[in-house]
Amino acid sequence: MTDTPLRLPTGGLIDRSAPVRMTVDGLPVEGFAGDTLASALLAAGIKLTGRSFKYHRPRGTLSAGPEEPNSLFTIGTGDRATPNVRATLVEAADGLVAESQNAWPSLALDVQGLLTAPAGRFLSAGFYYKTFMGGPGWRVWEPLIRRAAGLGPPPQAPDPDAYDHRYDHCDLLVVGGGAAGLAAALSAAETGARVILCDERAQLGGRLLAEGDLAIDGRPAHRWTAEAAALLDRADTVTVLPRTTAFGFYDDRLVGLLERVADHDPAPPPHRPRLRLRLVRTGALVLATGAIEQPVVFPGNDRPGVMLAGAVRTYLHQYAVLGGRRAVIVAGCDDAYRTAVSLADAGAAVAAVVDPRGRPNPAVAGPLADRDIPLFAGWQVRRTIGGQAVRAVEIGRGDAAEAVDDGPGRRRIACDLVALSAGWAPAIHLTSHLGVKPRWDAGLGTFVAGDQPPWLQLAGTAAGRCRLADALAGGREAARLALEGAGRDMAIGWLPPRTAGPAVDPRQPLVSPLPVPLRGKAFVDFQNDVTVGDIGQAAREGYESVEHLKRYTTLGMGTDQGKTANPIGLTLLGAQLGKDPAATGITTFRPPYTPVEVGALAGRTAGAHFRPERWSPIHPWHAAAGAVMTDAGLWKRPWYYPHDGDDLAAASHREVRAVRTGVGLCDVTTLGKIDIQGPDAAELLNRLYINGWSALPVGRARYGVMLREDGLVWDDGTTTRLGDQHYLMTTTTAHAVPVMSWLDYACQVLWPELQVHVTSVTESWAAIAVAGPKSRRLLARVVDGLDLSTRAFPFMAAGVCRVAGVPARLFRISFSGELAYEVAVPSTEGLRVWEALMAAGAADGAVAYGLEALAIMRIEKGHVAGPELNGRTTADDLGLGRLMSGKKDFVGRWLAGRAAFTDPGRPKLVGLTPVDGRTPIPAGAHLVDDPRAPPPIPSLGPVTSVCTSPTLGHPIALGFLERGRDRMGHRLHAHDPLRGRTVAVEIVSPHFYDPAGERMRV
Amino acid sequence: MLLIPCPWCGPRAQTEFHYGGDASLRRPALSTARTPADPALVDYVYLRDNPKGLHQEHWQHAAGCGQWLVVARDTRSHAILGSAPPGGDPLSPPGTDDPAA
Repeated sequence: MTDTPLRLPTGGLIDRSAPVRMTVDGLPVEGFAGDTLASALLAAGIKLTGRSFKYHRPRGTLSAGPEEPNSLFTIGTGDRATPNVRATLVEAADGLVAESQNAWPSLALDVQGLLTAPAGRFLSAGFYYKTFMGGPGWRVWEPLIRRAAGLGPPPQAPDPDAYDHRYDHCDLLVVGGGAAGLAAALSAAETGARVILCDERAQLGGRLLAEGDLAIDGRPAHRWTAEAAALLDRADTVTVLPRTTAFGFYDDRLVGLLERVADHDPAPPPHRPRLRLRLVRTGALVLATGAIEQPVVFPGNDRPGVMLAGAVRTYLHQYAVLGGRRAVIVAGCDDAYRTAVSLADAGAAVAAVVDPRGRPNPAVAGPLADRDIPLFAGWQVRRTIGGQAVRAVEIGRGDAAEAVDDGPGRRRIACDLVALSAGWAPAIHLTSHLGVKPRWDAGLGTFVAGDQPPWLQLAGTAAGRCRLADALAGGREAARLALEGAGRDMAIGWLPPRTAGPAVDPRQPLVSPLPVPLRGKAFVDFQNDVTVGDIGQAAREGYESVEHLKRYTTLGMGTDQGKTANPIGLTLLGAQLGKDPAATGITTFRPPYTPVEVGALAGRTAGAHFRPERWSPIHPWHAAAGAVMTDAGLWKRPWYYPHDGDDLAAASHREVRAVRTGVGLCDVTTLGKIDIQGPDAAELLNRLYINGWSALPVGRARYGVMLREDGLVWDDGTTTRLGDQHYLMTTTTAHAVPVMSWLDYACQVLWPELQVHVTSVTESWAAIAVAGPKSRRLLARVVDGLDLSTRAFPFMAAGVCRVAGVPARLFRISFSGELAYEVAVPSTEGLRVWEALMAAGAADGAVAYGLEALAIMRIEKGHVAGPELNGRTTADDLGLGRLMSGKKDFVGRWLAGRAAFTDPGRPKLVGLTPVDGRTPIPAGAHLVDDPRAPPPIPSLGPVTSVCTSPTLGHPIALGFLERGRDRMGHRLHAHDPLRGRTVAVEIVSPHFYDPAGERMRV
Repeated sequence: MLLIPCPWCGPRAQTEFHYGGDASLRRPALSTARTPADPALVDYVYLRDNPKGLHQEHWQHAAGCGQWLVVARDTRSHAILGSAPPGGDPLSPPGTDDPAA
């Protein structure tokens, strides 16, 4: 049994029958079910829980909630380790393993802390920028600085956990399950509205669990909370989501929720996701998000043992843990007096209540006198004393200036706990995620939500209403107004119960007066080590806007986003500039409210599910044949089919030779296919393609080129006239989807008067290219109903037939340059027909060929493809200018005629061969006159497609060259300074192989 | 994430749609009697207003019914004020652009 010196023997909402044993930095820490890691550490008397980001100063737990800036741990081990987790939100569980961060070798003996401490006084605002921009520069220094000042390291292996996404819809979403949120949910539930209530903690209740002096219906408030939660659980239309944070508020009433499904379980069952991202479309929204207590600023206010006063009450009442045995309360607001009373009644010594405001409120000061607690009204804390834990505070009398003078007005008070509060700032973060700026409320002394739509209401302390009765009544009213704002005007039958509690006046100055000048560091932002001095310096250096202040000092950055820092920091800036807070303003709250794991955002779309894979119906054959696959958009396509372990070059060359001398099959299913029907089908094609379509006879295919509106080439492919009013367009694989979208746009938006329908049939048909001099012989064995002789079925003919008994379309088109056909059959028959074709070709040595062989053959033929159709080339650049019809208008026609596009000096498509006949030409090289000229060497054009031609027996390439057609036979250099390669090349026609096209017409 | 009212499918999430640009543009008529760099075509292809407030824009319900639609959106608040089939008025009262009518 480990020691838990600060655990009270009775009380709290923990389950003492369920002890848990955790390991923190290798040492056992015990607690109970219902504890957090922070409360268990505090119970064990462990107050040093972190090291600060910049100075490595010792830090302890400041808060009891999501705002925690200091106590960040890495939770879990190995691949499951999660860095930067707030100990205040980690539910104690048996077997939980936590490691402290940003300290070496240990928290108590942090070497970096020793090293940076003496230098600390130099690390003022803007220090890094000013110091490291010179010399070797930021790029050298930054990694070193990051290593010294960092948060926990992320695990390196793939995340073994599962994450889910789901969409929810409801009439009312209530964020926050405290008094106001429970009242809102109970009120709405009764009307039959579909309600979702979420709360970031494991138990509903909020401050009702944390306060000892609240009663509802004459009983402790937490009892009523349990009953209310049970009531909501039983309601059919209510979904209660504990451990769920509303992290972002988005357009059209969408709220992002992060549900921690299994995070509280160190060994979750494998079927359970760790986190679930819920996107909720709601009709109405009630934000009962509470408020965040703000610290008082004085030198040494970051020493372990200094805690927010409200957090001290939480640890006492919810977890039965004393924050210390001898406390000093620094009361910048009346609410902090409750901590003095609670601690005293629990048996702790309260050495002093220091209220810098001077004039104590008798209503809250009275109970101190009853308990003999000394009150120092009008005194300041000058500094804290201690090493890794506070041992005493030094206080001084009078206003700020007097308080730092030496003299009789000084006193030292021994203590092991300093509980401080400068008031509570409403948690209005979600209200400004859509750009509505918070508004300064001078009466409340804090920022409140700006103007919201009627279906969004705030309640409880989030609305600046701090009394329990106001929270309950306000929750009810907020639910009614929000539902009414969403068009559900209903009477609410639920009545708030009777309450009793302290009559605390919520109207408090948010920030207490500060002693100036300060000796020592008074911290405003604990996580980022921003001090009062830094803010003053930034203001003096001209960083007067709150957004500039943030970026210069890092105020409000980090995992806590300044939840306990921004209000005070910005008030200090205002004081320095002589502006009131309304004029100073506040930095923009952006999603997420608290950190969201990237895994939750990714959900199941990770690994193989990151993006869908499209498989052709013939894919199983390719896989069984051992094809090496490559990506073509989402498609998986065979790249090459290795035999006996041969490589890409060997396999693809073998495939090319087989096609050029025999016959080969290629799966071309992935090409886009668009069915076009109607009386105006030809007219649509005339408008979209640069060439003419009206004269194309039925049963013939034609190559077409499409421009963009700006006149540059976009896509190409063959289109076949299947019937009088029926065409089938093919597109490149890459442009199948955008071309279809463009055709829809043309038909629906541009020219709705055209009588034509377009339908994507890409996935309806499997397509197989059968290419090579023996292709006709192969097909003759399986084709029924079509005469394949050239006389009856010439080049560019199309017809219907049966292939291996399957109804098919046959096209005599060729990409390889050989006698070739394309067989299209319904997708479901694709695999069967492919197998039948392979079997029919076995006698002729038919092979399957992949994308690499296809690419080599099209380069040999000088056909353009993706590298040439790159969005920067005109039809004439590609050698296709003669296709452009002068008899009609078409998309891109006129803008293609602009001077720069018709400049004869433009680079034109050319072929390239190495002068030495053997050196491969580097892809991406540029053609230059003299590679030894001083850079920058003028480029005459790029090399776009390269290969070694097995047919010609030497390397070849396609590229673009200024006035290329006038330079046939010239010699230039393909210069690739990136890879240090230069090859002397000769300019030749891009049609390397069978330039007359006789082989495909046989 | 916007909720876009498709005239055919009802309100659907933005992730089902592709944005298609300014819907107030009218493509100059096809003609064989223009000049290269015709100013009307240059305007149509390149020039866009960036209004603060009401903007009529095309969207395609790409992962839904595939239809193009016109959406009226306030660029300041992202509020969607209505939608209609192409060529319709997204700000007219519901029903008057009913494609079924």
